[in-house]
Amino acid sequence: MKCQYCEKPATFHITELTEPNGPQVMHLCEEHARGFLQKDNASPAVSVAGALAKQLNLGQTKKELAELDRKECPVCGISFFEFRSTGRLGCPYDYTHFESDLEPLLINIHDSLEHTGKRPRRAAASADSQAIMIQLRREMEEAIEREDYERASEIRDELRKIENAGIEAGEDDAKSAAKKTKGDSKKSSGDRS
Amino acid sequence: MKRDTDFSKLALHSGEWLRGTGPESDIVISSRIRLARNLADFPFIRRCSDEDRVSIERTVRARMEAIEGWEDIRYVDIEQLSEIDRQFLVERQLISREIADAEGSRAVAIDPNEQYSVMVNEEDHLRIQVMHSGLDLKSAWDQINSLDDQLEGSILYAYNQKYGYLTACPTNVGTGLRVSVMLHLPALVITQQIEKVFRSMQRINVTVRGLYGEGSQYTGDFYQVSNQITLGHSEEDLVALVGENVVPRIIEYERKARDFLVNQGQKDLHDDVSRALGILSTAKKISSEETMHYLSKVRMGVNLGLISDVPVGTINKLFIDTQPAHLQKLHGRLLGSSDRNVERATYLQRHLSGSLGTGELN
Ligand SMILES: [Zn+2]
Ligand SMILES: [Zn+2]
Repeated sequence: MKCQYCEKPATFHITELTEPNGPQVMHLCEEHARGFLQKDNASPAVSVAGALAKQLNLGQTKKELAELDRKECPVCGISFFEFRSTGRLGCPYDYTHFESDLEPLLINIHDSLEHTGKRPRRAAASADSQAIMIQLRREMEEAIEREDYERASEIRDELRKIENAGIEAGEDDAKSAAKKTKGDSKKSSGDRS
Repeated sequence: MKRDTDFSKLALHSGEWLRGTGPESDIVISSRIRLARNLADFPFIRRCSDEDRVSIERTVRARMEAIEGWEDIRYVDIEQLSEIDRQFLVERQLISREIADAEGSRAVAIDPNEQYSVMVNEEDHLRIQVMHSGLDLKSAWDQINSLDDQLEGSILYAYNQKYGYLTACPTNVGTGLRVSVMLHLPALVITQQIEKVFRSMQRINVTVRGLYGEGSQYTGDFYQVSNQITLGHSEEDLVALVGENVVPRIIEYERKARDFLVNQGQKDLHDDVSRALGILSTAKKISSEETMHYLSKVRMGVNLGLISDVPVGTINKLFIDTQPAHLQKLHGRLLGSSDRNVERATYLQRHLSGSLGTGELN
């Protein structure tokens, strides 16, 4: 038997036991089996495609899906089609831009839409300011490329300002959270160098 | 943190997680937890320019260099490594196959005990992983949680209130946490109960993956159990799901199957594992697949007391050391596939000779 991905003989036969339709057997050469088994997930593209197929069954028409495929993120430019075929998103803002399209997918995969775990102590900037930061960084790279160092340093300052605003907001959050639990403590949360 | 590309010393000892100790280590090889994290001000890797990757690598490196207590961490520029050194780190499970094969700027920070590593520019900007020997998820979680705290002290992560840590693949969003326990389940395989056991697991959100050989001949009776979902449950809950709910049940089944085998087919079983040890310690050339197959049997024989003079840690180490890149690093030069088979046999003989499998069951 030959490997599913190349001409070498298949020496590994991997049974994936999580497919919704029962076990799925894969026949792979040693090299491809190693690659396959060392990934965290068998293949994000496969599970994303699976979840989307379910979504299609749940009433979305082919035409609606084709329209969705053309939708693009204004920050990183990834299309929904590209996401769908690779299983990978292009930037953090995609979770905001494609939110309503991703929701059914997230429900299929996680059975939930709400993070309830760990929260970073430093507040991440808002979705919008994260998007702006990514765009500014790109502009800065372009400025450096055309040797417009003045513009590049302006952008750098702007970036720093946004990042610090995010952090300060985080410190405010942390302070008010501390107040809630510890009463009226006016102690600063210390320096964060 | 020191930058380093010389692994010759690394090859001489083995990582903490291979010690063959820790709770349930007769069945559980290792406990691994990883966290996926991204920087807030860069696109995800797929949409990064070459310059973005360089910039991410530099940013992260500078931040890690400033962390107190990270002085002994080895920082490796993967782009600069030879093919064999990359393969070596993959075999040691310090980096993923994906990052080894990728292109462009990428790196890994490795602690001296090889308990944890931080990959930079994998599928996500950061992949933090902690690996312990045996079933030891709670302390692995404590350790990775504090590493994450240290990093998040100086790196602004992509995060939002609703979806938590934002990751390149929606299968990791939320906690970004994957718990993986590597199990050795030869008795469930021999008694053909393995599928039944895993079928019952499907309903509880865990993924089980196995490694099969030609024509349903098992090359290694190793299975990995991991959490499937990452969103909507706390990290502690996900750790408990795998470590307290699922894995102990599988361990119990495997123990029962081992008892059954010992009672039912003592002579056959003893013959089987003794032959496996015999082949490993006398063969003149042997493939890595065959080695896996027989090492698995020997490992079970050791744990059942049928083979008494080979430590489990040695067997665990042989699994890694007999893989292609390790074999070549230990041998000190590149070897073709058939030379490797000879070198592998020599290596096994050196470590197993004198082990005659004299243990008897009472
Ligand atoms: Zn192949
Ligand atoms: Zn985007």
